[in-house]
Amino acid sequence: MTAPLLSLSGVSRHFGALKAVDDVTLDVPTGARHALIGPNGAGKSTLFKLVTGSMPVSAGTVSLAGTDVTGLPEHARARLGISQTLQHSSLFTTQTVEQNVLLAAQRRHGSRASLVPRRQAAARERVDGLLADVGLEHRRGSPVADLSHGERRQLEVAVALACEPRLLLLDEPAAGMSPAESARLVELVRALSETVTVVIVEHDLDVVFALARSVTVLHLGRVLLTGTPEQVRASDAVQEAYLGTGRESLFTDTAGPAALGVS
Amino acid sequence: MESIVADTAATGGRRGGGRRPSSLLRAVPAVVVLVLLVAAPFVLAPFATTVLGRILVFALFAVSLDLLVGVTGLPSLGHAAYFGVGAYTAGIVAIEVTSEGLVLVLVAGLAGAVAAAATGWLAVRSSGVFFLMLTLAVGEIVYQLTTTLDSVTGGSNGLYGIPAVRVGGTALTLAGYVYWFVLAVFVLGFTALWLVSRSPVGGALRGIRDNEPRMRSLGYSPFRYKYVAFVIAGAVAGVAGGLFAVQVRLVTPTEAGFTTGALALLAVILGGAGSLWGPVLGAAVVVLVRDALGPTLEGHGPLVLGIVFVLAVYLLPRGFAGLAGISAAVQRRRAASRRTP
Amino acid sequence: MIEWFDSNLVSILNGFAIGSLLFILAVGLSIVFGMMDVLNLAHGALFLVGAYLAWSLLSDGATWGGFLAALGIAALVGLLAGGVLSVMTEPLARRPILDQALLTLGVSLVVAEVLSIVYGNDALSVGAPPGLAESVSFLGRSYPAYRLALIGVGLVLAVVVYVVVERTSVGALVRASVADREMVSAMGIDNRKVKVAVLGIGSMLATVAGVLGAPVYGARPGLDDTILILALVVVVIGGLGSVKGAFVGAMVIGQVESLGRAVLPDLASFILFGTLALVLVLRPRGLFGPRKLAGT
Repeated sequence: MTAPLLSLSGVSRHFGALKAVDDVTLDVPTGARHALIGPNGAGKSTLFKLVTGSMPVSAGTVSLAGTDVTGLPEHARARLGISQTLQHSSLFTTQTVEQNVLLAAQRRHGSRASLVPRRQAAARERVDGLLADVGLEHRRGSPVADLSHGERRQLEVAVALACEPRLLLLDEPAAGMSPAESARLVELVRALSETVTVVIVEHDLDVVFALARSVTVLHLGRVLLTGTPEQVRASDAVQEAYLGTGRESLFTDTAGPAALGVS
Repeated sequence: MESIVADTAATGGRRGGGRRPSSLLRAVPAVVVLVLLVAAPFVLAPFATTVLGRILVFALFAVSLDLLVGVTGLPSLGHAAYFGVGAYTAGIVAIEVTSEGLVLVLVAGLAGAVAAAATGWLAVRSSGVFFLMLTLAVGEIVYQLTTTLDSVTGGSNGLYGIPAVRVGGTALTLAGYVYWFVLAVFVLGFTALWLVSRSPVGGALRGIRDNEPRMRSLGYSPFRYKYVAFVIAGAVAGVAGGLFAVQVRLVTPTEAGFTTGALALLAVILGGAGSLWGPVLGAAVVVLVRDALGPTLEGHGPLVLGIVFVLAVYLLPRGFAGLAGISAAVQRRRAASRRTP
Repeated sequence: MIEWFDSNLVSILNGFAIGSLLFILAVGLSIVFGMMDVLNLAHGALFLVGAYLAWSLLSDGATWGGFLAALGIAALVGLLAGGVLSVMTEPLARRPILDQALLTLGVSLVVAEVLSIVYGNDALSVGAPPGLAESVSFLGRSYPAYRLALIGVGLVLAVVVYVVVERTSVGALVRASVADREMVSAMGIDNRKVKVAVLGIGSMLATVAGVLGAPVYGARPGLDDTILILALVVVVIGGLGSVKGAFVGAMVIGQVESLGRAVLPDLASFILFGTLALVLVLRPRGLFGPRKLAGT
C-alpha cells in the first residue's frame, strides 16, 4: 500500500492545562470509511479542526497523502482536497441553495478568479447533480434562511462534496435529520467513489455502523481503540468509557447493522 | 405546494440562477433610465443639469463603496480618501499636464487604486469594528495630508484653476457637454462594478460577507479576495474623484474628508447595501438635501442629513432596495404561480 | 542629545499633555468598544459638548467655581448622553456592527451641527482657572501651568482607572466581558444594565475631557472629528478594551502629534500613519489587545 491518505502523528492541542486532543496517532488509508466516536468532550470536533487547519496544533504533524500539511493554512489544505461539513450549520445564509453549492463548485469546475460574469456551465451542471443527489433539487432557488434544519444539513453535504474532496470530514452530519433524511445520507455516502476517503464523527451509532468499516474511539482527547466495528462493540474499555459518562444506552440499545432499517 | 416553495424563495429578495426570458425584461428599467439621463440636458435648465451631474459623480463614488460595504461586508469609513486622491490627481494633471478627459479619468482611477493598494492591505487584514476604525484613521490621515501639503494641494484653500475638460482636444465649456462626459464615465464605472458583482469573484465576495470561515474551508483565501475588492473599489472611487475635479473644477480637502465618506455611507445605507443601484438613488437624495436644501438652511444641511441618517438606520434596514424587494417579490410570486400548472 | 532634549522640551511636555487628554478620551472609547462592541462615533461630539460647556461657563472670566461647575455639569451631561446612546443602540444590538456605528455617526452629525448653530462657526478660546493660567518655570523653561496640571490629572486618572479595572470586582467584570461577551450573561448579569453603565461612564469621560481640554484646544467646529480620529488611533494602537494599551497609545500619539509636528512638520501625518501601520503589522490586535479576534 502507498502512504495513508490522512496520517496523524502525535497530534495534540492544549488549551492551557486542558488537553483537548492528546497525542493522537492515526492513519486513515485511501478509500476508508472511518468513524470517530467517543463521549461528549472526547475531542472529536477539535481533532477535525486540527486536520482542516482551522485550529493550529500544539504538537505533532498532520500529513495528507504523504505530504506534511501541518504548516499550511486552512484554505491551502482545502485546495489539497480536504473538505468538511461542520457540526453547527455553516452556510451562506443570505444566498440561495444553488449559490451555496456553486461557491464550492466553481473552485474546481469554474473560473472562480474571473472578474466578469461567466455561465459556468460545468459548475452549474455539477451543482444540479449534487442537489439531486442530496434531494434538494426542488429547493435550488430558495434562500438558505427558508430551509428546515434537516435540509440545511443536506445542503452542507452537497457543499462539502462540491469541493470534490479526497478527504471528506463529516462532523455529525445526521444531527437533527429525520430518519428518512439520515437514511438518504447513508446511501449518498455509501455511493461515493472509493477515491474519496470519508471520516465521520457521529453520535447516531446506527449511522456510524451503517457506514464505517473502521472505527476510532476517542476518550478524554486520547485514542482508546482503533478497530473494526465488531471489535469496538466488543471492547470492554469502550463500554467503560461510555459508562463512565452515563452514555451506556448508546451501546446497549444498538442491536447491530441488521436492525438499522436503512433501505 | 410547489408555489408555496416559490413564494418563500421570492420574498427572500435574492434571485436564483438565470431565468433567461425575464433577464431581458429586467433590463428594460435600466434602459429607460439611461435614455432619460441622456435626454436630461435637453429638458433641464443648466443648473439642474449640473446638479444631476454632481449626483452621478457622487453616485459612482457611493456604488464603489457599496462593493465594499454591501457586497463584501467591509464597512469602510475612510473611502473618501480614494475619492480625494483621485480628485487631486486629476486636478493636478489637468493644471500641469493635460486636461484631456480620458487621461484625467484614467490617472485618477490609477491613483485611487494605488492608494487603496498601499493602505488596503493593512485594513483588510483586520475585520469587524477594527476595520471600521482603521479605515477611519487612514481616511483622516489622507485628509490631513491634503491640508498640510500646501505646495501640492493648495492646502485648505483647495486646488483651483482647473481648466475645462477636453475631449479629443476640444474643451467642453457647456454644462450639457460636461454632463454627458460625466454620464458616459458613470455608465462605464457602474457597469464595471455590476459585472464584478455578478462574476464568480463577486459570488466569492458575497460568500466572505456571509461566512468567512466557511469560505476558508472551501479553499478560498479571503484576504486576497477582500484585497482585490478593496483595490477595485478604490480605483472606481478614484475615477469618481476625477469626475468631481472635471465637473466642479475646484478640489478642497473636504472631498477627502470624513464627512464625504460618511455621506457616501449614508447613500449606501439609504439605498440598500449590496444592490448597487440602490446607492445611486441614495446618492441622489444626499446630494439634493446637501446642495439644494442646504442653502435654504443657512448651511446646516448636515443637520438634516444627520437626522436622515438616524432615521434610515432604524426605518430602512435594507434601504430603498429593500422596499423595492417587496414589490419585486410580489411580481415574482405572480410569475411563479403562472409557471406552476 | 541633551541639547536636543532641551530645545524640544516644550514639545515633549505638550506631547504628554495631549497624551493625558487622549488617554481620558480613549479609555472610555476603548472600554465601550471592548466590552460592548459599540463603536461610539459620537465620542468626539461629546468632547466638543464639554468644550463648549466650558466656554459657556468661563467666557466671562475663568474662575475655579465656573471650572468645577463645568466639570460637574459635563459629567452629568455625559452620563445622560451615554444612557440615551445606550437606549438608542439597543434595538440595533442584533444588527451588523456598522448599523450601531452609523447611528452614533448620525447622532454626532446632529450634535455638531446644533453646536455650530448655537455657538457659531468661530474658534472660541477658553481661559484656564486662576492660578493655572500663568506660565511656570520647569527645567529652565517657561511652561503653562495648566498643561502641567493636565499631565498630572491624566496620570492620576490613569492610576485610578488601572486600579479599578485590575483590582476590583467591577474591574473583573470589565475584563471578563472584554475577553468573552457570553461569559457575562452566563454569570447572570443583565447585559443591558452593564451597557448603560459602560456607555454612561465612557461618555462622561468624553465630556469631562472636553472641559479639561478647553483651555488648551478651545472650542471650534471640526474639533470633534480631529479628536475622535486621534482617540481611535490610540485605541487601535493600544488594543481594544485595554487600559494599559490606551495609556501607552495615548502617550505615543501625544508625542507624535506634538514632537513629530515640531521636528518634522511636513511629515506629521505620515508619522501618525506610519506608527499605526508599524504597530499593526507587528501586532494586528494592537499592543495590549486581547487574544480573541477583533470584531466578528
